[in-house]
Amino acid sequence: MMGAAGQDQSTLFRGDDTELRLKDAKSVRGTPAKSMPAFILGDELADLAETDPRIVVATADLANSSRTRDFANRHPARFIDFGIAERNMITAAAGMASCGMVPYVATFASFAAILGAEAIKTDCAYPRMPVRIIGHHSGISMGFYGTSHHSTEDLGMMRSIADLTVVCAADANQLRAILRASVDHPGAMYIRLGRGRDAEVYEEVPADFAFGKAAKLRDGSDLTIIATGSQVHASLAAADRLAGDGKSVRVLDMHTIKPLDADAIRAAARETRAILTVEEHNIVGGLGSAVVEVLVDEQRLPFRRHGILDEFSLIGPPAALYAHYRLDADGVTETARELLDRIN
Amino acid sequence: MSAASQSADRRNFSEAHLADRAKFIRLETLRLTRIAGAGHYSSTFSAAELLAALYYAHLRIDPANPQWEDRDRFVLSKGHAAIGLYPVLADLGFYPPSKLDDFTRLGSAFGDHPDMKKIPGIDFSSGSLGHGLSVALGMALAGRMAGRDYRTYCMLGDGELNEGQIWEAAMAAGHFKLQGLVGIVDRNQLSIDGPTEKVMSVEPLVDRFTSFGWDVRRIDGHDMPTVLATLAALKPAGEGKPQMIIADTVKGRGVKYMELSLDWHVGNLVGADYDDAWSEIEAGLQPLETEKA
Repeated sequence: MMGAAGQDQSTLFRGDDTELRLKDAKSVRGTPAKSMPAFILGDELADLAETDPRIVVATADLANSSRTRDFANRHPARFIDFGIAERNMITAAAGMASCGMVPYVATFASFAAILGAEAIKTDCAYPRMPVRIIGHHSGISMGFYGTSHHSTEDLGMMRSIADLTVVCAADANQLRAILRASVDHPGAMYIRLGRGRDAEVYEEVPADFAFGKAAKLRDGSDLTIIATGSQVHASLAAADRLAGDGKSVRVLDMHTIKPLDADAIRAAARETRAILTVEEHNIVGGLGSAVVEVLVDEQRLPFRRHGILDEFSLIGPPAALYAHYRLDADGVTETARELLDRIN
Repeated sequence: MSAASQSADRRNFSEAHLADRAKFIRLETLRLTRIAGAGHYSSTFSAAELLAALYYAHLRIDPANPQWEDRDRFVLSKGHAAIGLYPVLADLGFYPPSKLDDFTRLGSAFGDHPDMKKIPGIDFSSGSLGHGLSVALGMALAGRMAGRDYRTYCMLGDGELNEGQIWEAAMAAGHFKLQGLVGIVDRNQLSIDGPTEKVMSVEPLVDRFTSFGWDVRRIDGHDMPTVLATLAALKPAGEGKPQMIIADTVKGRGVKYMELSLDWHVGNLVGADYDDAWSEIEAGLQPLETEKA
C-alpha cells in the first residue's frame, strides 16, 4: 500500500507503532537515538539533578514514552509516577514548587496542556510557580491514536495564559538548551516536544539559546519562514530547495511562542518581502496567529500561515499524516512558492 | 527555643479563648461582608471553630516568618471561606488588621479567594474547587523529599468533594502513604443548589476515604474540646495512612436564620439582618433546633 508521500505505509505502520518498542533502540532509521528529543529528556534532567537538589520529575503513567524512566533509574527518590491523573500531577507539582522544588512533569501534550489547562493557569502560572509542564508527542505525531491524542490546540491555549513561558523544541540539542535554561527561569513554563524522533537541526547544543529570542538559522531577503518545533527542520529543507529557484530565504526558529520575539518579526517584515509561518498546530491560535498579532502594526506584506487548517486531523501513520497535511519539506516549499508567486 | 515555639507561647490554648476567637471570626466576616457588599458568610461560619482551633492552638507557624521552611502548611481548598481566615492572620500578626479595611476594593490584596503572592500567611492560592488536596499532596511529597517533618493540612468543602481531582489526590495520598497529610472536610451539608445529598451525594464519606487508604475520624466540628482533642491526636509526618477528619458542621452556624438555609450562601447583609446576626454571634453558639427537640 502506498501512502500520500509514496511511502510504503505497512512499513511505516510497523516502524511507528509504539514508543515501548523503541525504548531500547540505539537508532531509528539511521538517526542515532542520542540525537532525538524523546531519547534524551530523562537523562538530561538527571544530569541537571546531579547538581541541583530542587529538581524533581513526574509523569502520569508514561515513564517509558517520555523516557523519564531514565531519570527514575538515576534519581528514584526524586521521581514520582502519579498514575493516570494528569490534573493531580500538575497541581501537586505546584504544591511541590511552593516548597522550593523545581518540578518537571511530562505527559502527552494533549493531556498536559489541554486536559491540564486549568491547573496550569490556576496553580502554576498565576501563582508563578516554577513548574515545567512538558507536553511530548504534540501536534499530529500520535498518528493513528486519533484526535483524543492529537494536540493541535495546545499552543493557542497555553499562549493565552499570562505569565506562562511557552517554548517548542526543534530537536534534541535545542531541548537540552531549553532544559538547562529553564531551571532558574522565573515562573511556570510549557515545553512542547514533537514526536520525539525529530531530525537534527542543531549540530550541538546552541550556546546562544535564550527564551524569547528567535534563532536566525538562515538569512535571506525574498521570504522569511518563521517555524517552530518539528517544522524548523522541514523549513530549512524548504529554504534549500527555494535557493535552487534563485530565492533568498530567511529562516527563523521561533522556539519561544511566549514571550514572542516581536523584534525579529518586525525586522523580517522590513527586510524581506513576504512571511510564511509554519507549525504543527492549528493555524488558529498558534504561531501564525501570534505572528500576525505583531504584523498587524507593520506595513502590509504578503503573509501566509502553514499548519493544520482548523480541522481535526485524519488518523493514520505519522509520516503519512505529515505528508497529507504538507507538514514536510515538500509542503513548506510548495506553500512558499505560492506565496512568492504573489510578489512576482 | 525555636521561633515557632516562641510564637506558640504567645498563643492562648484555653477553650474559652478559642470559642471567643471563633466568635471573632464570625464577627469579622460580617464586618468584611459589609465592606465588600457581598461575602460567603455561611460557609465561613461552619468552619469558625475549626479555623480557630487550627490557627490559635495547633498549627506550627510563625507570623514573624511566614516563609519558614519547617512551618506546617495550610491549604484552604474551600477558598471562599478566606473572609474568615484573613482576620485570623491579621490577629496573629502576619499583617496589620488595617490591611483589611479596603477588603476587595480595587487593587486590594484581599479578595473573595486567597492569594499566596499577595498575602503573608497564605500558603497557596485557591478559588477553583477541587485543587487543594492535590496542592497539599505536593507539599507533603516535597516535605518528605526534603526530610522535613512539617504536616500539611487541607480544609475541604463537602460540595467540593464532587470534583474528580479530589479523588485523584485522595488515591495518590493513600498510595504514597503520606501520614503528614491531614484533610479536614467542613461537612456543612449544603452546596449552592441544595443539600449535598440531593445535589450530588458525597456520603458515605468515612467509608469512601477509608477505602482510599486514609485513617478517618468523624467529629462534631463545632465542639471545641472535640476539635482540639482530635487535632492533638494526629500522628506526625511520616510513612503511614494520610489522616482525614470529617467535621460535621452546620452551614451558617451561629446565626439562627442562616443555619442550614439555602437562602444565605453569598451576598450582603443590611439592616435588621446584619444587626440580628451580630447580636446572635455576640451571644455565642446556642443549641440547634434539632438539638432542642
